[in-house]
Amino acid sequence: MHEMGIALEIIDIATASIPADLAGSKVARVNLAVGQLSAIVPDSLQFCFSIVSKDTALEGAELVIDTRPVVAVCKACGHRWTVGKPVFTCPVCEGSDLTLESGRELDITSIEIAEEA
Amino acid sequence: MFLSNRNAKALHHSHFHKPQGKEAGGAPAMERQRSGTREIQVVRRVLDANDIMADRNRQRFQAEQVFVLNMMSSPGSGKTTTLQKTLARLMPEIRCAVIVGDICTTNDADRLAASGAPVVQINTDEFGGDCHLAAHVIEKALGGLDLSAIDLLIVENIGNLVCPAEFDIGEDARVVVLSVTEGEDKPAKYPLMFRECDVALLNKIDLLPYLDFDRQLAIDTLGEIHPHMPIFEISAKTEAGFEPWLAWIRDAVRAKLPA
Repeated sequence: MHEMGIALEIIDIATASIPADLAGSKVARVNLAVGQLSAIVPDSLQFCFSIVSKDTALEGAELVIDTRPVVAVCKACGHRWTVGKPVFTCPVCEGSDLTLESGRELDITSIEIAEEA
Repeated sequence: MFLSNRNAKALHHSHFHKPQGKEAGGAPAMERQRSGTREIQVVRRVLDANDIMADRNRQRFQAEQVFVLNMMSSPGSGKTTTLQKTLARLMPEIRCAVIVGDICTTNDADRLAASGAPVVQINTDEFGGDCHLAAHVIEKALGGLDLSAIDLLIVENIGNLVCPAEFDIGEDARVVVLSVTEGEDKPAKYPLMFRECDVALLNKIDLLPYLDFDRQLAIDTLGEIHPHMPIFEISAKTEAGFEPWLAWIRDAVRAKLPA
């Protein structure tokens, strides 16, 4: 539901990340990592991004969303597994003190800038 | 114990944010050549700006020794009634204040003001009708409160089980209210919310005799998503089950006060 705000943040961060020597260049692609536990609907984010990127250095840029699985590591026994359904108990030792290695991402990993022809 | 989730997020945050600093215009860490495009590594959390503001709020709450509880649920779960009854039982022993968020109307603030606690109403339509309270909105609301005069600040978030879970506001703990009229499958449908909260209230238990709500299934599902999370079964209407919930708040507030 807050995809519009997320799209605006993406544009701010991506614009600020264009190096000074490439000022004025167009961003061709934004690579985004989105964990499966994050409250983001990719289709809705794509739609918002296409609207709010108009008249910015990101107009027409492709938003590539890399969905990251929920991966947990048990602090008690070290078992590492992909959490398929929302059950956060270690299948080996039944421990519940976990580190989430991935699944909560909402990160811009990189931007790609079009080279001058 | 209460802070387990907040700490986990802080780690995540520092991992992604700190190495980058505020070098928005600075040199990128790494570049890679690709055919036709030049790739620039960024690695920043999209919600960085919110997280920085949330950390500022958190430092302020720490300096003023105020325990901050972020209260979330779907619309109509009974947050405001629960809060009214909770304030009446905690005050004046604990000095409380409330920030209440709604898209429109001041109805909730009017109801809560009767408790005598200072209440700040936020209407997010000023901020574009947002579906959640973000850290900068809380920061603005703090202008209307004297933090040195309170021990406990409760933030009643916008009724929504999706978005508020994603936004840190600088709170110490999060409580989610699930009412028995909503259906026992809500935790499974919105796992992030129930995973991110530190305590759950199962509300409206006075209605259980009239419903087909599978109480055990709801409690089992909560236990799968967030093992060992305290669950208090209450009725905000009759105040049944309130004592363990109030004891949890009193302990949490005391833990933050100077020794």
